[in-house]
Amino acid sequence: MSLAGIVFGVGFFISTQAQLSGYQELFIETILGTDGAIRIEDRIQDANVFVAASTTKNTSTNFFITDKNNRRFVEGIEHPDNVIEAISELENFEAASPVIKGSIQLQSPLRKDNGQVYGIMVDEHIAVSALEDQIQLGSIEDFRGAPTGIIMGHKMAARLDVTVGDSIIIRAVDQQRRYRITAIFETGVSDIDKTRVFMHLSAARSLLKKPHGVSFIQVSIYDRDHAMVDAEAIERVAKHFSAPWQEREKSWMQLFKTLQISAAITVSTIIIISGLGMFSTLFMIVMDKTREIAILRSMGYTRNDISNIFLWQGVIVLICGTILGCGMGYLITFAISYLPMPLSGIFATEYFVVNSTAWHYVQAVIAAIIIVMIACFAPSRKAGKLVPGDVIRGTAA
Amino acid sequence: MSEIDVGGQKEVALECRELHKHLGEGETQVHVLRGVNLKLYRGEVSAIVGPSGCGKSTLLYLLGLLDLQDSGSILIQGEEVPPNNDGEHTRIRGENIGFVFQFHFLLPEFSAAENVMLPMRKLGRLSPKEMKSRAHALLNEVGLGDKTHRLPSQLSGGEQQRVAIARSLANTPGVLLADEPTGNLDVKNSLMVFESLTRLAKEKGQAVLIVTHNPDLAEKCDRILRMQDGQFI
Repeated sequence: MSLAGIVFGVGFFISTQAQLSGYQELFIETILGTDGAIRIEDRIQDANVFVAASTTKNTSTNFFITDKNNRRFVEGIEHPDNVIEAISELENFEAASPVIKGSIQLQSPLRKDNGQVYGIMVDEHIAVSALEDQIQLGSIEDFRGAPTGIIMGHKMAARLDVTVGDSIIIRAVDQQRRYRITAIFETGVSDIDKTRVFMHLSAARSLLKKPHGVSFIQVSIYDRDHAMVDAEAIERVAKHFSAPWQEREKSWMQLFKTLQISAAITVSTIIIISGLGMFSTLFMIVMDKTREIAILRSMGYTRNDISNIFLWQGVIVLICGTILGCGMGYLITFAISYLPMPLSGIFATEYFVVNSTAWHYVQAVIAAIIIVMIACFAPSRKAGKLVPGDVIRGTAA
Repeated sequence: MSEIDVGGQKEVALECRELHKHLGEGETQVHVLRGVNLKLYRGEVSAIVGPSGCGKSTLLYLLGLLDLQDSGSILIQGEEVPPNNDGEHTRIRGENIGFVFQFHFLLPEFSAAENVMLPMRKLGRLSPKEMKSRAHALLNEVGLGDKTHRLPSQLSGGEQQRVAIARSLANTPGVLLADEPTGNLDVKNSLMVFESLTRLAKEKGQAVLIVTHNPDLAEKCDRILRMQDGQFI
């Protein structure tokens, strides 16, 4: 029973962690593929104002004034090229894409809908997102070759009842223009798929009447886990707010972490129960084998030798249980990955998503080791402490 | 105080001086051993007889370092055994003392030969091949040469006790302590076990101390130590 408990506990531990990790990984891939690793946005004017007080031929007296009350919020990025040039010096920097963003209203023959237009430079944006892979209908090449082409989210296209090749009217500020749908994308994120429209940066500038600057710069980096540090460095260098993906999706990441911990605790109870079973079994064995323990002690076996016998029983169960449990975890994880589970909303998938890592196996084995060793410790210690004379006297009497 | 020393010029294998032992606590405490002195000599078989509860087995366990005395000292091969040193007691038991109990206490999962090899494995002086060879030789000496591979459950009561004797001799201890070794056997098997025990001990020059209720067996020993109320009389 104890062995079965360890096997099932380790197996379920691995498979549940693989599932949660799989969905978390898919979520991260989705947000990196849509909004990038780091987004450089607005700026708050520096509170320190440089003042040149007096200057002579040989000396100068300059100072800074800190005036927090009169700081100015600067929307967007006025000089994107300068910012990109500055951040490209970062070791982890991969690519950057300047984007103009604005609110629009779309009009199809069927109905109107509100959305967000993203003015992009195609090659730059492909380098920082998975847009090319997210295209369901049409192609990025069609978009590239069409100055008035747009790429639309599939949910928005469905609501407007339009498809690739159709024309659509977009209204923004105080003007309206006609654009041709060259591609339809699906990210799996509902909010994006039903609101986002990509068009060329120059077309967006014209539509939104923003001849200078951009709304934000989307940045991709080589090591996504280093985004927090890089974002801080970008803030220092570029003097703009910089949001790494971990910060933007903090609540989701905390949710995933909570679920992982919760699942680990829940599944560990199986191992804990088997540990309790092992504890009581070993205790009963010790009580049942007192005579054998006494005779071994009379032959010269030490307290540690006796304790080790029972510890080894636990170790054998542990080794068998973890090996079988790891195998079971692998098989469950493998089987689950083929289970149909269509899902969309914060990401899109057709099947159960799993992401099994060596760390999950290590965690499961560590949990089993801790619980089994605790379960074995007291009985083995009791066995070692038995006084042979007491045992034999009791038996002989 | 009681003292028995009838060994003459023979080599002393084990000696105890002024052993006292109490059992129980509070009002139920009993003074089981009241200053016992004893010498056991190599090649000599001694029997302790006396009524139940007189302290025979308690003395045996103290001499075998399976229990701790309240006061007094024990000397093995002339060297005093340090009291309250479990590690040292364990080592001395493994090297110098063999036990045979009323019940054989064989490990049921191991064969007769494997049971005999257990003390040798712990002592670690012989190679696995030598241990196996010695176990077979010892079992052969107690008349079980053809049953070395059998499990205890496949042996009769007398055979099991003879395996226990072979096991007690495994490390060639200087002292052999037997607590009613025939108490659980019929007359025929009792004689066979007793013969094996005493013959081998004499051949190997071991000091043997047997606690027994059987006056016939006691009579066959070199000396009889009578005990009453925790003292030799």
